[in-house]
Amino acid sequence: MSQKMITAKPKAASSTPRPRWQRVARRFARRPMAVTGLILVVGFVLFAILGPILLTDPNQQDFTAILQTPSFAHLLGTDDLGRDVFARIANGARVSLMAGVMSTALALIIGITIGLITGFYRGWVDVVVMRIVDVMLAFPFLIFAVGLAAILGASLTNVIIALAVSQVPEVIRIARGEAMAIREQEFVSGAVADGARDGTIMFRYIAPNAMSAFIVQATVAIPAAIIGESTLSFLGLGVQPPMSSWGIMLTSAQQYLAQAPYLALFPGIAIALTALGFNLLGDGLRDVLDPKETR
Amino acid sequence: MSEQPVLEVSNLVKHFQSGSRLGGGRTVVRAVDGVDLTIGRGEILGLVGESGSGKSTVGSCIARLTQPSSGTIRLLGRDISTLSRREMRPLRSEVHVVFQDPYSSLNPRMTVGQIVTEPLRQHRRGTRAERNRIVSDMLERTGLSLELVGRFPHELSGGQRQRVALARALVLGPSLVIADEPVSALDVSVQASILNVILDLQIDLGFSCLFITHDLSVVEFISDRIAVMYLGKIVETATRAELFRDPQHPYTQALLSAAPTADPSSARGRERIILSGDLPSPTEEISGCPFHARCPVAIDRCTNEVPLLLGVTGPDHQSACHLVTAENGAPLINQGDKNLVHNAS
Ligand SMILES: Nc1ncnc2c1ncn2[C@@H]1O[C@H](COP(=O)(O)OP(=O)(O)OP(=O)(O)O)[C@@H](O)[C@H]1O
Ligand SMILES: [Mg+2]
Repeated sequence: MSQKMITAKPKAASSTPRPRWQRVARRFARRPMAVTGLILVVGFVLFAILGPILLTDPNQQDFTAILQTPSFAHLLGTDDLGRDVFARIANGARVSLMAGVMSTALALIIGITIGLITGFYRGWVDVVVMRIVDVMLAFPFLIFAVGLAAILGASLTNVIIALAVSQVPEVIRIARGEAMAIREQEFVSGAVADGARDGTIMFRYIAPNAMSAFIVQATVAIPAAIIGESTLSFLGLGVQPPMSSWGIMLTSAQQYLAQAPYLALFPGIAIALTALGFNLLGDGLRDVLDPKETR
Repeated sequence: MSEQPVLEVSNLVKHFQSGSRLGGGRTVVRAVDGVDLTIGRGEILGLVGESGSGKSTVGSCIARLTQPSSGTIRLLGRDISTLSRREMRPLRSEVHVVFQDPYSSLNPRMTVGQIVTEPLRQHRRGTRAERNRIVSDMLERTGLSLELVGRFPHELSGGQRQRVALARALVLGPSLVIADEPVSALDVSVQASILNVILDLQIDLGFSCLFITHDLSVVEFISDRIAVMYLGKIVETATRAELFRDPQHPYTQALLSAAPTADPSSARGRERIILSGDLPSPTEEISGCPFHARCPVAIDRCTNEVPLLLGVTGPDHQSACHLVTAENGAPLINQGDKNLVHNAS
């Protein structure tokens, strides 16, 4: 066999190729918004882990110091029972983040699997699944979660399950749509010609190409689930005292809006910053994980 | 010595159902309507025909990317036309495809190395190190620098992508490659280099090829034998030299007369014959010869009786026309009067 000429010219002395994750990390680092999002999310996670260890007991009541405005002793003030708001926000972060992230992760795993399968195979399974999904989507997300939590009973695990199941129909809808669109693309025929199994096609060809849709869904769903948790807790269907969450703090602050508006303000800010963090992080991830994006 | 052909297609039919199930206005698209093809070992068969004649559908049925409506497809002697997806899987090491559009035929989320390794992975060939060696060898054979292994398809030019598609199609050493207009989407300057790579690789590796194109100069360059398709049927097939020397079917004559030629003294250089009318819709069922409505020399029999693909003047040159006779050969369409625009050039 004669040695063939290599006709494709190499890019002028390209620097030694880095592993893919390093290139992705570099591109990520070059996006200030994405980095801000990462800092916010990591910050809140650390805060949730370390806060309750380092700060004062969030359940420590002090009736000599109720409804105090922020001071050095109580950075974010105290509530109607004289508990330190900063310590309570750190404590509530655990429940809020867990409920938001775990329920969304669960919903994505279940919904993507079902959606890819039904969208890929179509047929009667798809018809049946989509009937059920349509019925579920007819209920607002929260109504569904409330109903489910009422059946399951009040606990953190059940809150996560209720929020996850309520999110699943939307994820199925998105994943199915992506699967139906992507399976028509020629590279999927190419994979069939390669000899790829159906599972390989769904999870190595279709899922990676639908990644941006899934990331966008996750960044929208996590904040929604955090707020969903607060609603469930407000209705007495969420975590029970002495456990707390930002949602519980927000709703119990309602009675004192006139006297102590900061009681509602700080958990509200925590929810908003977390939502912002996940949104920025998600946008950044979507961009840097897309190989077509070169910046 | 009669060697077993790599591919034997007989009476292949693919009808697409279109229109709504409920509306009642359901129509059938007769994309492929009884096609016979044979490809010998190491042979490149060029399949030509105008847009919509059903060439891609033939290719995709043979690669079992589309389920044929009926007919048999023998790959290395085995009928694959009714195999399930699962049964077909192991046979996919014997047939692969190169698509027209190198932008959509490669997974945008995989690197060049991954794309070319995929067939080996799916068929569990070799260890990781062996696969890497095979892939490097294949990339080199298709003229790609090894530096491209870690690149994504969008970082490559159209020609480079088509080389990747070729490497991927050939990496398992298939007996048959179906190339569906592999150079039509490329710049003319790049087309020749890709065609040369295909020819070189064919000599080195010995695969057979169904080469689909609508470009006569491409088909003339690459084919050993040529089949001309019109409205879901093969109307003529012959060796390349024979077909260009003595086109028999009126449709082939018209097709060749319209093509630019390098050799002005050849029969087809004298006069351009432009057919009137368009390709009829493949949804209507046509009685008789599919070409009769546009044929300048059609007679009554053509509208009633379907002509068979027969080797009237010799077994290696088959055409489906009532007017081809052993004594007089082919009808001359520029002497017909109907449906014709003469255009001396
Ligand atoms: N999936 C499908 N559903 C319905 N009709 C189809 C489908 N695929 C192809 N057809 C129809 O079948 C006919 C033949 O199409 P095909 O793509 O095989 O032609 P072709 O010769 O490859 O044309 P081109 O040169 O444009 O690629 C066309 O009329 C086309 O519209
Ligand atoms: Mg085509």
